[in-house]
Amino acid sequence: MPNLDETDLKIMRATQAGLPLTARPYHAVAEQLELSAVEVIERMRRLQEFSVIRRIGAVPNHYKLGYRFNGMTVWNVPEEKIDALGQKIGRLDFVSHCYHRPRHLPLWPYNLFAMVHGKSQEAVDRQIEQIAEILGDDNLGSEVLYSTRILKKTGFRSR
Amino acid sequence: MDEIDRRIINALQAGFPISERPYLEAAQALGLSEQELLERLGKLLQEQTLSRFGPLYDAEAMGGALTLAAMQVPEERFEEVAEIVNGFQEVAHNYARRHTLNMWFVLATETPQQLRDALDEIERRTGLTVYDMPKITEYFVGLKLEA
Repeated sequence: MPNLDETDLKIMRATQAGLPLTARPYHAVAEQLELSAVEVIERMRRLQEFSVIRRIGAVPNHYKLGYRFNGMTVWNVPEEKIDALGQKIGRLDFVSHCYHRPRHLPLWPYNLFAMVHGKSQEAVDRQIEQIAEILGDDNLGSEVLYSTRILKKTGFRSR
Repeated sequence: MDEIDRRIINALQAGFPISERPYLEAAQALGLSEQELLERLGKLLQEQTLSRFGPLYDAEAMGGALTLAAMQVPEERFEEVAEIVNGFQEVAHNYARRHTLNMWFVLATETPQQLRDALDEIERRTGLTVYDMPKITEYFVGLKLEA
């Protein structure tokens, strides 16, 4: 991990909501921050090299592209096997996020989270079956939580 | 959204250049003019087909803190509690979900201490338990959606 300084943070704050839609967007950012364009470009390349910038590009709105079925699938799997299983599930092409998170017993026994996205309920059901097949006997219980309403969504550091 | 818009969305979900004329480079790869790409991106953002165009930062790598939290909110208090939770600028997303834990929100702050303070304050102001579920390990983040 690189050492990030205040200038890196300024660049992050100036660009996290989006890049300017002008022919020279990094020059526009530089001008706003009173830096040189070369410095902004070099720093952003370094941030990308160290994966502080995960990627640069278009972030589509799932719903507008027809992905209206977005389920948070949660699974109870043995802790000693979770890393190997999590990596397998994370490789599935319909999974957007896959994490190990803590259980809160007795209310919440699930420790593996995988977000799935489909254009129909049937598509999502097939995805869930695929995950269950991979987990096999290590699937000690699961649920799928569908969102019923977006209560708040800001662009800030959204995924 | 037409066929050109679909090609733009499919091609530009990652790998946008960091260079002097990045839109020009991206446009050439798509067989478009720079001006047309800029106009189409502006329109896709305006009609919210794209929620954003630019860099996606790893908040934690920037020294920030991020967590997913859930609450069990009594139905009759749902709107009141949603208003309290949404009022926190640290809350980036908040979703109603069909479950005993029926409210799920993501908090993002610049420091871990601010995150703990916000979670405590939400508990204090709502009188409800907040179940904090920070990631222990990340196996994958990212997804290319076909337009």
